[in-house]
Amino acid sequence: MEFVRNFPFISIVLSLFSGPLSSVLNGKWARRVNYFVLCVLGAMQASVLAYVLQTKGAFVYTMGHFPAPWGNEIRAGVLEAFMALFFCIIMLLCMIGGVKEREKEIEPGKQNLYYIMTNLLLCSLLALIYTNDLFTAYVFVEINTISACGLIMIKQNGRTIEAATRYMIMSLLGSGLFLLGICFLYDLTGHLLMSNIKEAVAGLVSTGQYQNPLMISICIMCVGLAIKSALFPFHTWLPDAYGYSTVSSAAILSSLVSKGYIFLLVKIFYRVIGFDIISNTKIINILFVFGIAGMIMGSVGAIMESNIRRMIAYSSVAQIGYIYMGFGLGTTAGMIASIYHIFSHAATKSLLFIAGSGITDCSDGNVNFKKLDGAGYRNKLAGLAFTVGSLSMVGVPMFSGFISKMFFSQAAIGHDVKLLPTLIALAISTILNAVYFMKTVIRIYIPVKDTVGRENYRNIKMREDPLKSAALILLIILNFILGLNSEPIIRFIESGLKMFS
Amino acid sequence: MSRKLPKEEYDKTLSGKFEKWLSGSKDPYVGHVEMQKQSIDPEYEKLKKQNLKEKKEIRERIYDLENNSKIRKFRKIYRGFSILFCLFLVAMLLFAVADLPPFGNADNPVNNEVSARYIEKGLQETGAVNIVTGMILDYRAFDTLGESHVLFIATCTVLILLRVDKNSKKRKEESDAEIDDRHFEPKNDLILQSAARFLVPLIIIFGVYIILCGHLGPGGGFSGGAVIGAGLILYLNAFGFEKTERFFTAKTYKWMSFGALFCYAAAKSYSFYTGANHIESIIPLGVPGAIISSGLILILNICVGVVVSGTMYAFYVMFRKGGF
Repeated sequence: MEFVRNFPFISIVLSLFSGPLSSVLNGKWARRVNYFVLCVLGAMQASVLAYVLQTKGAFVYTMGHFPAPWGNEIRAGVLEAFMALFFCIIMLLCMIGGVKEREKEIEPGKQNLYYIMTNLLLCSLLALIYTNDLFTAYVFVEINTISACGLIMIKQNGRTIEAATRYMIMSLLGSGLFLLGICFLYDLTGHLLMSNIKEAVAGLVSTGQYQNPLMISICIMCVGLAIKSALFPFHTWLPDAYGYSTVSSAAILSSLVSKGYIFLLVKIFYRVIGFDIISNTKIINILFVFGIAGMIMGSVGAIMESNIRRMIAYSSVAQIGYIYMGFGLGTTAGMIASIYHIFSHAATKSLLFIAGSGITDCSDGNVNFKKLDGAGYRNKLAGLAFTVGSLSMVGVPMFSGFISKMFFSQAAIGHDVKLLPTLIALAISTILNAVYFMKTVIRIYIPVKDTVGRENYRNIKMREDPLKSAALILLIILNFILGLNSEPIIRFIESGLKMFS
Repeated sequence: MSRKLPKEEYDKTLSGKFEKWLSGSKDPYVGHVEMQKQSIDPEYEKLKKQNLKEKKEIRERIYDLENNSKIRKFRKIYRGFSILFCLFLVAMLLFAVADLPPFGNADNPVNNEVSARYIEKGLQETGAVNIVTGMILDYRAFDTLGESHVLFIATCTVLILLRVDKNSKKRKEESDAEIDDRHFEPKNDLILQSAARFLVPLIIIFGVYIILCGHLGPGGGFSGGAVIGAGLILYLNAFGFEKTERFFTAKTYKWMSFGALFCYAAAKSYSFYTGANHIESIIPLGVPGAIISSGLILILNICVGVVVSGTMYAFYVMFRKGGF
């Protein structure tokens, strides 16, 4: 067996181990370990991706001496490896983009705890991506939930603690429903391994046995993961959690944590239930309706918000709505568009959060939209980055958001009933996006007229915080790569989805 | 009453003491237990009353329940909807459960080759007499590896929330301002101390037994660790932080859980790696039933036990005074 095949396993264990290791180090060393682990893991995922592309097939890796239905198993295909690589890159950029804020906002004695949380979060994301076993997925969902809570409340003020409490309650409700779904499914099929459940479910559907519990279990698993990834009616925990936590936490939570759950849902659709079965049920219609509602209501929420951080957070609700709408189309083209949107949104949202912190820094820490005028001149790079992110979110050609919107509309064209609602929702949502993002972009490029109350505004040069500048530049480049060079990524997604079944 | 001894001598004998205790003329607590009358600080009481009043006023001003019909309506609707939602969820789940395969039926899908192999070959393949332990620590050890890290990260999150950093300025002001009992040691309670002196060693030995025999009978790292943790908490309550800090500080906890999790991850990585690459594992399974048997399971159980007991104790200490 080639040594590359060990890499998914080694990367999970390495990130898992770096958590306890950070607990005995001080903040400075924990940070170094974190960067090192992220770099090593990125390299490993890249080589796994190269290997899988070369062999043109997914491989399974037995965790232990016992083969699959008895022991645990992980599985790596093109989509898994690409997703893991992308997550590692985004996480590294989020971490280096928010170093200064973290050092200011977190108590010095608790710095290393932050890195425990991020390392274990990364581990759980990798495990969610690579796992081939539903129960393993649940165990790592638990780690993911608790570490996300820690990331929110480590900046200790009243708002973050309240946000973390709310996140905990909602998220545990989601985990509970997901666990119930797994229990039902186990009772019906007698398996926890994804491929075996799929076989058994296909058998149940063809014989017509246990139809009601099967549908209800799929349903509550979908609802559980939808709560955890903040689909529209369950999004109430999101604005506070993203809006008041420290920058890297907000960026990581919005671009990675919710995406991890969505990817798990994709895996459940393809590897546990079977895409043919799921696209024939009415569950996807419900996801479609809530997705569209989220696209519009999230944008409306963002328009009404005057706090720029919370505005960016509300925009996440809309973007999650896009992804669920793509699932709701029930076609492979819709799935491809949704998965592309996961990448596009992850790259753009982290860019926006980090750029947003740059903009507020040069405006004396004001987060109120009305006090940000001229910020684009005071901090040129952050202004540019925010503009790029906004254009991408609105869906201007050349940027990543345009490509995903184009794929969504192309996917809708093949559909007779859902064509019109999709296109109308896309149009309305684009206009609403433009309203609040362009409003902010114009505001940050209006020169300051009234200097009363703006005495502490200062210019920030790129060299003042080189790490953040580097993160912003790399994220802008990533956005252009996704926008201008989408062909190979779409090919990865296509072949990855084929490897799923 | 006929008495051979004079009154003073009789009072010193056991039966004399018993009679005194029975009649209630002597309180055994007096002179053995530190007792203080609670003093009522009139200023503190005044402050408390004022605070309560202010809180009530603020609440009224924010919600303005009497005049704000919107909030009143919202609360009513909210209550109604939550009841309806719960009823709906309950009905749906009952509906699903009613159609599930009947409990204990031999033809159920759950009774398949997976559980059959666990039961039939479990002893032979894992060397553990207790099949459940064999399942969670050998067949499905990856899940348990994750689960032990769940405990670890839970303590870390509680640390974030509750640890009082002595060097931080903000915290100093806070702890000076508020009256808290974080720094007060437990009183020297004779009854508790005598009981603890007798019980704590027994509890801890019993916990160790549960951990070590996890692969032979009911038990294992999780339950044994919880028992040891309970013993440590009892000791702490009886004797106070000064005594426990001689052997258990934040540093001890840190290194203990790091060491245990490291051992766990290293041991399991070895077995995952050898298993996936089809290399023969050098760890012998031993004779089933002996204490040192069943390969790595004993070591893993000890690691889990260390993590769990540390976690239990750390939780308690954190809630009690915000740090070790």
